[in-house]
Amino acid sequence: MLLQQLINGLTLGSVYALIALGYTMVYGILELINFAHGEIYMLGAYLGIIILGFLTAVGLTAYSMPLALALTLLLTIIFSASYGFTVEKIAYRPLRAAPKLSPLISAIGVSIFLQNYVMITQGSTDKVFPSLIGSAGFTVLSTRVTMLQAAIIVVSGIIMALLHAFIRSTRTGKAMRAVAQDRSMAALVGINTDTIISVTFIIGSGLAAIAGLMVSMYYGLVNYFIGYSAGIKAFTAAVLGGIGNIPGAMFGGILLGLIESLGAAYISSEYKDAYAFIILIVILLVRPTGLLGRDVEEKI
Amino acid sequence: MTAVPRYFSRTLLRSSIISLWSAVLFLPFKGLQASLMLFGVLFLLILLLTLAGTWVSPRLTMAAAVRERMHRHLPADRRYLLLFLLPALGVPFIAQNYIIDVAVLAGIYIILALGLNVVVGYTGLLNLGFVAYYAIGAYSFALLNTRLGLGFWSAMPVAVVITTLAGFLFAVPALRLKGDYLALVTLGFGEIVRITLNNWDSFTNGPNGIGSISAPTFVGISLVTLSAYYYLVLFFVLVAIVVIGRVQRSRIGRAWIALREDEIAASAMGVPSTMYKLYAVSFGAFWAGIAGCLFAAKMRFISPESFTFMESVLILCMVILGGLGSIGGVIVGAVILVILPEILREVQMYRMLALGAGIVLLMIFRPQGLFGGRVVSSRH
Repeated sequence: MLLQQLINGLTLGSVYALIALGYTMVYGILELINFAHGEIYMLGAYLGIIILGFLTAVGLTAYSMPLALALTLLLTIIFSASYGFTVEKIAYRPLRAAPKLSPLISAIGVSIFLQNYVMITQGSTDKVFPSLIGSAGFTVLSTRVTMLQAAIIVVSGIIMALLHAFIRSTRTGKAMRAVAQDRSMAALVGINTDTIISVTFIIGSGLAAIAGLMVSMYYGLVNYFIGYSAGIKAFTAAVLGGIGNIPGAMFGGILLGLIESLGAAYISSEYKDAYAFIILIVILLVRPTGLLGRDVEEKI
Repeated sequence: MTAVPRYFSRTLLRSSIISLWSAVLFLPFKGLQASLMLFGVLFLLILLLTLAGTWVSPRLTMAAAVRERMHRHLPADRRYLLLFLLPALGVPFIAQNYIIDVAVLAGIYIILALGLNVVVGYTGLLNLGFVAYYAIGAYSFALLNTRLGLGFWSAMPVAVVITTLAGFLFAVPALRLKGDYLALVTLGFGEIVRITLNNWDSFTNGPNGIGSISAPTFVGISLVTLSAYYYLVLFFVLVAIVVIGRVQRSRIGRAWIALREDEIAASAMGVPSTMYKLYAVSFGAFWAGIAGCLFAAKMRFISPESFTFMESVLILCMVILGGLGSIGGVIVGAVILVILPEILREVQMYRMLALGAGIVLLMIFRPQGLFGGRVVSSRH
């Protein structure tokens, strides 16, 4: 029972971690809570269903299932990343010099817009993700792990490792860190900060899209309002680990997933959605820099 | 003469790129045909707007200059009150029930928006969970009324005190945070209140809500008719306008504005920042409590559904649409956002879509709101 809950929590937590990375990267660079990030995740979930449905209609799924899945993943990432890029360009870029609260309010606007955009074009009823793998799985220590759960945990792990390596060692990754440290200084040494910001949004949206696709496969159901609560939870995860801190977001995501599934099992499942908010409030009040974060002096 | 064709071709290129990009993004959601249509419409629209823009923009600057000059000669905020009051008094005599109903709703939202304006507009603390206080006010009133049998005039003060206390108690720890962190914590508070109301079946009756709340009475007369209730709400709206307006001009109000403009400078000048922020949040919660009581007494039934995050966003939109920190602006913002959805009933599906896009556009082109921005800066 406990082990089962741990596996469920780990699955959920990997997904939160993937979304949280997008929050944390954007916050690290722009000090903006990208409220619309949860909606990109929701778009990813919808795009996965739509694209897979299209590929099935064309006949590719019957021809080769892995190829169809890979193509779905690729197209979902491309489309979601384009959405993320566009959102930044339209709603945040003109507000670079504005007071700090303007971009946050603008982000809320984007979030409302995207939710209703999907509701109008796709309808307000649940969308069903076709069951591909079924409930196949294996049993470890008398605990059942479905293939899908294993896949979510493994894929998230690989992606996070890749991202970590990318930010550590590539030229673009270094530029991203430089922009996060000091944007005007980075611009002075010849980094195109606007491009780096766009790249950050593209990567973050891509990660959220992967999360969305995996969750819609996991639960089998998608609705246009899933982005809001997933977004808040992922943001909580990012704050939990220390916002702006990339390993912190991974750690926070997994921790939150575990807390949620253990809390639902042992305390009360009715208040499941409230746990994230309670943790968010407590952590912000007690240790706003997060578990792995460092203190930042306020600039005058 | 080569400049004109080049300008034209660049516009052509730009509008085709933008509309092509949007059409591609739209493609998976609605299919090829709708996408092509979007491309055509957007292409023509952007082309026309760009061309019209080159003609309009110099005239816009002229219009802005004229408005600026007019603004200087118009009376101060408080004299607008009369302009608002006279037609408002007459509404029940000329309008149908449906319009009075909308007007009552508008009045409740005006009180809410004025309360939020104290927190966001004057003090500069973004609150994304203001609906929590509204909910606490409404639920306290409903519970006092249905469980203890208290009437309107005895239940309301108690409910308002409870709400103000809740605002104060929550603000004590929360005010250690600033800016968007504070906003997120208030959002979390709002959600926790809603989730609790939804799940605490034995006390709040859960998602089924509380019904059969009794109608308010006044010196023995039951204010059960719509126009009587309208005057009750109008009375509270006027009280809110006068009281908030006077507080804004007092020492406290000036301290709030100083904190908003520059907290460090204000503290250096001896403004105790935490204390004045606590005042602001509790004062805002006070008005939300009153609005909550009015709402519960009007609807005679409340459920957690009325107190979602979207409601918080809607109230915030009223404040920023009219103009942060301006009482007149906030009233206009509330009235617009209550009436607009009623007019746009035909295209109800697109209402929220337009609201979202509207918020973004407002932030980009007119962050100070339609009427805002003058109250403070004119006071050096």
